[in-house]
Amino acid sequence: MGSIYAMIAVGFNIIYNVTEIINLAQGEFVVLGGLVMVFIRVTLSIPTILAFPLTLLIVFMVGVLFDRLAIRPIKQPSVMTLIIATIAASMILKGSAMFIWGKDPYDLPAFSGRTPINFLGAFIQPQALWIMGLLVVIVLALTLFFERNIMGKAMKACADNPDAAKLVGINVNHMILLSFALSAAIGAVAGIGMTPLALMEYDRGAMLAVKGFAAVILGGLGSFPGAILGGLVLGLIESLGAGYISSGYKDAFALIILLLLLFVKPSGLLGNATVAKLKKF
Amino acid sequence: MFRIGRRSRIFFVCALLIAPWIIQVIPTISHYLDVLVFAGIYTLITIGLSLLMGYAGQISLGHAAFFGIGAYISGILTVQYEWNPWFCMLVGVVVTVLVAFLIGTPALKLKGHYLAMATLAFGIVVFIFFNEEVAVTGGPDGMGGIPGLSIWGYSFDTELKYYYLVWGIVAAVFLFSVNLVHSRLGRALRAIHTSEIGANAMGVNVSVYKIQIFVYSAALASIAGSLYAHYINFISPGTFDLSFSVKLLIMIVIGGMYSIWGAILGAVLISFLSFEWLEMFKEYEILVFGLILLFVTIFLPDGIISLPKKLRGIMGKSKKPSGQKRD
Repeated sequence: MGSIYAMIAVGFNIIYNVTEIINLAQGEFVVLGGLVMVFIRVTLSIPTILAFPLTLLIVFMVGVLFDRLAIRPIKQPSVMTLIIATIAASMILKGSAMFIWGKDPYDLPAFSGRTPINFLGAFIQPQALWIMGLLVVIVLALTLFFERNIMGKAMKACADNPDAAKLVGINVNHMILLSFALSAAIGAVAGIGMTPLALMEYDRGAMLAVKGFAAVILGGLGSFPGAILGGLVLGLIESLGAGYISSGYKDAFALIILLLLLFVKPSGLLGNATVAKLKKF
Repeated sequence: MFRIGRRSRIFFVCALLIAPWIIQVIPTISHYLDVLVFAGIYTLITIGLSLLMGYAGQISLGHAAFFGIGAYISGILTVQYEWNPWFCMLVGVVVTVLVAFLIGTPALKLKGHYLAMATLAFGIVVFIFFNEEVAVTGGPDGMGGIPGLSIWGYSFDTELKYYYLVWGIVAAVFLFSVNLVHSRLGRALRAIHTSEIGANAMGVNVSVYKIQIFVYSAALASIAGSLYAHYINFISPGTFDLSFSVKLLIMIVIGGMYSIWGAILGAVLISFLSFEWLEMFKEYEILVFGLILLFVTIFLPDGIISLPKKLRGIMGKSKKPSGQKRD
């Protein structure tokens, strides 16, 4: 689960870095990723290798629509209106998911079977390895994108200073659009990865978003290495807490950690307090 | 600055007094009284939220938790310990104030998104607590047998009586809040909303004021929770989940968060929408509410309450230059 939180956290950070918006609908992208994959893989029985990119494409488009219909039309953007807009959009996504798929949880066949692998005496689901692999791929792809690709560099410029980016001819609106679409796609990867392990239903979004955000804060808002570390640490704490203290409170651990962190060290483990102060919101 | 006219207050009070009689005469809408009782309970919360969000500019996604704490304290103390309900309501408020103070003090130092997420997380933690502590709260099955309210032998046992009780409290809270808005605190809050740094520089103690208003709005939510518990005599965790916090947010935004009138309008409107007019959508109402919320955020950022003013502006008949309407 840690890798899933890490992916969601990376999604949060991409949008936050470019727009300084915390997208409360981030969890909905994960749900959508899982459910669309179920539809393509199980209902249309298209093999995983094709269904995977197809799902990414669909959720990517949802991210584009999200920016176009919910974020950009707002005339006087303030923290509050943007939060409200993302909440509204998440309700619409959730409602649509309920409308299309109903309330039942869905299962997805694991990528390579469900026979546990014996790894140094511990039994691991092959799907868990797949998820970790996907996380590594995402990290590598994003690093290449932001360091080597002109689009990625333009996005980084927007994150540093949107006005200056505009002056050198970068279309900031396009970059915002791209950031939403990208993080939607990453959310979809997380959803596809976790569905064979944990099933997927329409109302998972909010909890996933909050936990992803906890991972973000754990690692420091805006920091990619922090997001990944935060996600992994959170997953570890959660499973330890569920095992040793109480499984009923499993979901509460991440949130209590989030609250404690916000109160004690909001800049996160790897974050920098002075940088946080300079941010607009 | 727009001040509340004496006329609109008198009109409001008259409408409140007369409404139940009209409703009871017409048989097809006689159950609207029940909806109005709920609307009154929600109004108590939205008035507080309007002060917090509209005036102080701080977002909270955890007020369902305070509503729930009020309801559960009333429920637990009256059912298991058979204390006086009014006293329990007071205990609920005191506990909520303490909790809000503990949560608010660190959370309100944070800005924008952090506060939203902190209150959101807090709300979910409280919800999980209600669900898991079966011995105390009855768990997911909820708890029943909560007694109704009575005072000196006069019991509020009919919808009509409860209607007057709830809206009487709403009216008192309303007056108090309006005075609050026009007091030193209200001016300070508006200054904070416009510019926190500016307010600070002018000698406004930003964090103290923000915490005060947060605690005040939490206390109102707690009273509302107690009233709710004594009205329907049964509570379960499902009432106090995240979607209720979001629904409160919708009420505020749709009514108009910069105005206490907007808070009342929003609460009444959403109550009718969700109990009556959108019944046919059942669970899909979330889709409808999402669309409404998005629409209002984009096209009517000041809520429905600003609609008459906007229309006048479009017709070109507005005599005064339009300032921001504040209450």
